Amino acid sequence: MAETYKDGIIYSNTEISPNIYEIILEGDFEGKPGQFYMVRGWNGLDPFLPRPISIADLENGRIKLLYEVRGKGTHIISKLKKGDKLSILGPLGNGFNIKEEGKIALITGGVGIAPMLYLAKNLFAEIDIFSGFRSNAYFLDQIRPYVKNTFIATEDGSTGHKGFVTELFDPSKYDVVYTCGPTPMMEVVMKMCKGKVPVYVSMENRMACGIGACLGCTVETTRGMERVCKEGPVFKGEEVVLHD
Amino acid sequence: MTKVNICGIEFKNPVIAASGTFGFGREFEEYYAIEKLGGISTKGLTLNKRDGNKGIRIYETASGLMNSIGLQNPGVSGFIKDELPFMESKDTVILANLGGSTLDDYLQGIELLNETSVHMIELNISCPNVKEGGMAFGIKCDTASQVVKEAKKISKKPMIVKLSPNAENIKDMAYACVEAGADGLSLINTFNALAIDIYKRKPIFNNITAGLSGPCIKPIALRMVYEVNQVVNVPIIGLGGIMTAEDAIEFIMAGATAIQVGSANFVNPTISIDIIEGIEKFMEKEGVKSLEEIRGIIGRF
Repeated sequence: MAETYKDGIIYSNTEISPNIYEIILEGDFEGKPGQFYMVRGWNGLDPFLPRPISIADLENGRIKLLYEVRGKGTHIISKLKKGDKLSILGPLGNGFNIKEEGKIALITGGVGIAPMLYLAKNLFAEIDIFSGFRSNAYFLDQIRPYVKNTFIATEDGSTGHKGFVTELFDPSKYDVVYTCGPTPMMEVVMKMCKGKVPVYVSMENRMACGIGACLGCTVETTRGMERVCKEGPVFKGEEVVLHD
Repeated sequence: MTKVNICGIEFKNPVIAASGTFGFGREFEEYYAIEKLGGISTKGLTLNKRDGNKGIRIYETASGLMNSIGLQNPGVSGFIKDELPFMESKDTVILANLGGSTLDDYLQGIELLNETSVHMIELNISCPNVKEGGMAFGIKCDTASQVVKEAKKISKKPMIVKLSPNAENIKDMAYACVEAGADGLSLINTFNALAIDIYKRKPIFNNITAGLSGPCIKPIALRMVYEVNQVVNVPIIGLGGIMTAEDAIEFIMAGATAIQVGSANFVNPTISIDIIEGIEKFMEKEGVKSLEEIRGIIGRF
């Protein structure tokens, strides 16, 4: 039987880029790359719902989560200090289907880079990472030891290529692609890869329960409406139905 | 100690999982034995399968949430084939929540459910997010009365009617449904509500309005249960923002025989168990032998 909400003790909570935080929790955690946890960092009912945050790394019982401050909930979490408690439920979702052969591309946009460290550590293959940001690049230093090449794009040109990360990517050079980031970016990646190379997309959506009950986070797939929190968050690119 | 009886059906305790917040129980079974619940109201069913609404479906508000799921469900036949066998294997009361956009939808749905093991039908005339949910029937007393009367004629199961707080007058609506043959009432469903994205300068939801639930609606729901209990003499299932055993007891004191837990399931999947245990503790501490002793007690003042 799965565990319900339990406490994670904060080991560190660091702003690694403006509005982007890395939090490390101590406790006995588990999970696969691409899975996520529902997180509450407050008592009471306002905010009402927990926040879904993907696993960035898991090592020696400690779990690392990467999150962007977007609203009230993540703002509260960002103010927590070492020794404070977070209430967490997980691991949830299906996680990435790990392929261990050939050349692999990881393509990320913004905080969509979060699941890629844990994924890269578990892929025994040749990996290139392509990461796009609005301005400052972050988290790549931690991923670099596990990948061969790193390609960076920023919208303001402050680091790497000025423009979108998809402009740096050539799908014909890879055997498998994993992507996580804003939906418009993932749509471009899916279109570029279509018919050429298999792509796994980690979808994001508003969630209420995180466990498959509310049907709030569904996306359209070739099998009908499916839940990001349960059948996902990772889908095969060809299964996700996009509308122009 | 916590047993209650509604329309001849015994519930081991008064806590029922509310429709649309519990699926068909499978997801929660991963966290606790769902047969500990008094009952489960299924995800809102329609005669035919529905994919639900497009766009944003969930939006958080102060102490509550808005939803516009749009009754994504496998249809009555899909439910009977794929979901009911699992629910039947659990020793708890099954309420089949049934919506419809026409009278005929309801009647065909009831005919299919008549031949199954579901214990009760919860007639949904109150889903605000789609016309198939039946809210068109749940606003005006004469249309509600018509659908309840026809549904009751063919239903072989006890029939609970789930009322909308958007009804023109909740007391009149309750009275009309009971006159038309409702064996019980559940109230309330979500409030029609609005949220706006001020940066995009447009409504959050594709349907513009959506249903509001959660603790922010509890005092209004409680008032409605109290008022309805003054005018009808059938069992009432109270719901609306119940988060704790204390909330549940308030509803019972306002006149509810049982209660449903909805949005709270999203805050913590095992919250219903806390509520069941909390009710037992309250009864022990206060020397309450049966919930009958406190039901509707505030109506007597």
